[in-house]
Amino acid sequence: MFDYETLKFMWWILVGALLMGFAITDGMDMGVGSLLPFVARTDTERRIAINTVGPHWDGNQVWFITAGGALFAAWPAVYAAAFSGFYMAMMLVLFALFFRPVGFDYRSKIDDTRWRSAWDWGLFLGGAIPALIFGVAFGNLLQGVPFQLDDLLRSHYQGSLLGALLPLLNPFALLAGLISLGMLTVHGGVWLQLRADDPVSGRARRIVMRLAPLVAVAFALAGAWLWFGIDGYRIVSEPAHGDLPDPLAKQVVREAHAWFAIYGRVPVAMLAPAIGLLGPLGAALLAAVRRPGLAFVSSALGLVGIIGTAGLSLFPFVMPSSLDLKSSLTVWDASSSQLTLTVMFWAVVVLLPIVLGYTVWCYANMWGRVTAKDIETQSHSAY
Amino acid sequence: MIDPTFIELSRWQFASTALYHFLFVPLTLGLSWLLVIMETVYVMTGKEIYKDMTRFWGKLFGINFALGVTTGLTMEFEFGTNWSYYSHYVGDVFGAPLAIEGLMAFFLESTFIGLFFLGWEKLSKRKHLAVTFFTALGSNLSALWILIANGWMQNPVGAVFSPRTMRMEMQSFTEVFLNPVAQVKFVHTVAAGYVTASMFVLGISAWYILKGRDLPFARRSFAVAVGFGLAASLSVIVLGDESGYELGDVQKVKLAAIEAEWHTEPAPAAFTLFGLPSQETQETRDKIQIPWLMGLIATRSLDKPIMGLAELTAEHETRIRSGMIAYGDLMKIRGGDKSPATQAAFDVHAKDIGYGLLLKQFTADPASATEVDIKAAAQSAIPRVWPLFWGFRIMVGLGFLMLFVFAAGFWLNATKKLERHRWLLWLAVLAMPAPWLACEFGWFVAEFGRQPWAIGEVLPTFLATSSLTSGDLIFSLCGFLAFYTALLIIEVFLMQKYARLGPSSLGLGRYHFERAARPHAVPAE
Repeated sequence: MFDYETLKFMWWILVGALLMGFAITDGMDMGVGSLLPFVARTDTERRIAINTVGPHWDGNQVWFITAGGALFAAWPAVYAAAFSGFYMAMMLVLFALFFRPVGFDYRSKIDDTRWRSAWDWGLFLGGAIPALIFGVAFGNLLQGVPFQLDDLLRSHYQGSLLGALLPLLNPFALLAGLISLGMLTVHGGVWLQLRADDPVSGRARRIVMRLAPLVAVAFALAGAWLWFGIDGYRIVSEPAHGDLPDPLAKQVVREAHAWFAIYGRVPVAMLAPAIGLLGPLGAALLAAVRRPGLAFVSSALGLVGIIGTAGLSLFPFVMPSSLDLKSSLTVWDASSSQLTLTVMFWAVVVLLPIVLGYTVWCYANMWGRVTAKDIETQSHSAY
Repeated sequence: MIDPTFIELSRWQFASTALYHFLFVPLTLGLSWLLVIMETVYVMTGKEIYKDMTRFWGKLFGINFALGVTTGLTMEFEFGTNWSYYSHYVGDVFGAPLAIEGLMAFFLESTFIGLFFLGWEKLSKRKHLAVTFFTALGSNLSALWILIANGWMQNPVGAVFSPRTMRMEMQSFTEVFLNPVAQVKFVHTVAAGYVTASMFVLGISAWYILKGRDLPFARRSFAVAVGFGLAASLSVIVLGDESGYELGDVQKVKLAAIEAEWHTEPAPAAFTLFGLPSQETQETRDKIQIPWLMGLIATRSLDKPIMGLAELTAEHETRIRSGMIAYGDLMKIRGGDKSPATQAAFDVHAKDIGYGLLLKQFTADPASATEVDIKAAAQSAIPRVWPLFWGFRIMVGLGFLMLFVFAAGFWLNATKKLERHRWLLWLAVLAMPAPWLACEFGWFVAEFGRQPWAIGEVLPTFLATSSLTSGDLIFSLCGFLAFYTALLIIEVFLMQKYARLGPSSLGLGRYHFERAARPHAVPAE
């Protein structure tokens, strides 16, 4: 079968793929949530927007849950250090996510303006806050995270409460957060253009046309900032990649431009930032010429490119430590055992295609523009 | 070193969020199958009333399901956020069933659930039934995988501790999957879910019958629930007994604590029906006992004894002493000693490393623990007895009460005497909280009985936490308290509003409240 080093590398790809799957599917729902106050004014318009994702948001959210589960199974050290280190941020994400299941299901069960508009704000927060904070998390990964591992590999994070939260909200991380929020909002926007009836569709189109180029500009700006202003991390010495994972056995230095090393070593990696830049621009253009289907594809590619760029730049790091360089977690020393990676690899290979198959079946069966008439005739059952 | 307040707060947060999540899970597990049954009858007979039943009970299912999803997110986060050393220490084994749960179960359940609610117009009858079926299958598969994970916490098979990576590593996925504790837990838990859902439908239907509303609808719902519930409550009791047998085999401390068995008794042991256990005097006062029964349940024999807590404590002491040696060798290996001799020395005592770690709450260096520390650690490996003793008895008592309701309801329904026996209908309404209480007590007994271990005999709970502060925990606990209280109020408000409305909430124009408003509408059926 596969040797340990190969498995570790394949799991880097798989975790990345699950994150991209999450952005493309659940990110779209979060984008729709973030756009809700801006594209829909009347109750019927809001229900049109909500019902474009209504049948699918729950399945989409499982991409997020599964990415978390895969992180736990494949990189337990990262799951442990990141979730506990980013405690305050994780709690905020969690509390924001609470609004979505209940928001979707409960909103239209009571015919009362205040009740419904309260849930609409809940759906907005449940979309926008996680989208923002996921980007902030990546922005901090690129700067290094203040944690260290002790002799028994317990992870300790610097600071608690606001002392832990506020340093995360630094300017570069906030820029990364805005990119994340922006790209998912664009993605939700093209979906609304595709699946909602006018006037929601038209408003979404105009927002995509304005917002998507800004995402591309912000992405380029973040790249320049990373080049000029932020030191990357480089491994000086480490055990063989196929060895048992031992994070403390390596030596790491910080140096300028280290996050760009991969593009010199593997030039084809430059496709990722290129796609990350062109994807949103393409989405804006295609939305403008009223080709929302293609705009959706372009926006999805943009998400893949932007997330791929972050992952590739960090490679082989997953979670660099600014407090104790050698505590940094990498693809090679944060992974599970060979057996677990093998079992999980086959689980994904067998199950994911089945998941994709019935997901497509579900979308296909529910396809079609959501119109005001649909909402009126199914007033008791629609979201 | 170890802040007891912080440990307590971490435990309170996990216990309360897990118990809260478990308010919604059992109903989902069972009601999804009841929906499949109702919709199957609709597809086979074409009778609209069964479609209405599927849609109405489906509405209540949805109100419950939304909170199940919401609170399930917390569980996914909490291992990493609050139990990060646990996540590092056992993620290699524990993470796998969780990830597979996502891939195999959550995707299935969640991808189809939206079409269950919103696909009535767009899907053909058969397609919609398939959607309902896959939702039910998915939710039940998720119970399978999470209980495989939980079963491993109780009985960690198929894995060994590796000093090089400082964690448990999986040796056999098959052993983890076929863990006998996990298997009995799964069947007992899903059966409890089926009982919960049956009680829910039964109680609400009985109430409609008492009110004389939507009778054809209510009678049919009652009939489906009473049959399913009778079968489920019989299963849950038989399978619970099977759990008792499994405990006698692998979780002797939990079993002895549940039974308040302070000292090993001559076989076959008696079952203590009631009594007042006291941890201080190590005895149970005012006992009412049934001879032989406990020995039969736990050992399936008349000659094997059940270990008492005093004897188990002595056994802990031996293992703690062995664990001290293991800890000493582990420190050498962690310090860079790669000699085969040290490794071999470690291997001899490796199975007791968890017991060595128990000492960490009393001393920073378990390898040089004092006699006092060892005694204290051995005592700490016994959970508090009275909550387990009583929790278990309440669960079992409620189980038999529900069995009675289903059996009597089934008989009266089958002999068409139901509506003359209003006492039973009232009993069905009043017994509605019983399954939730039984489920919560059952979950409590299973988890509290595992203490002081996060992973049985492998990782103590106090070591499994994250390196956070009490302040962090107070912040998150306040957040949970605020959100969960508000959500519960909203959920209960919606649930009782829709349950009171009954099928009239479907807006079809043929049920009680709509007919009251429009007297000339066609009556149902």
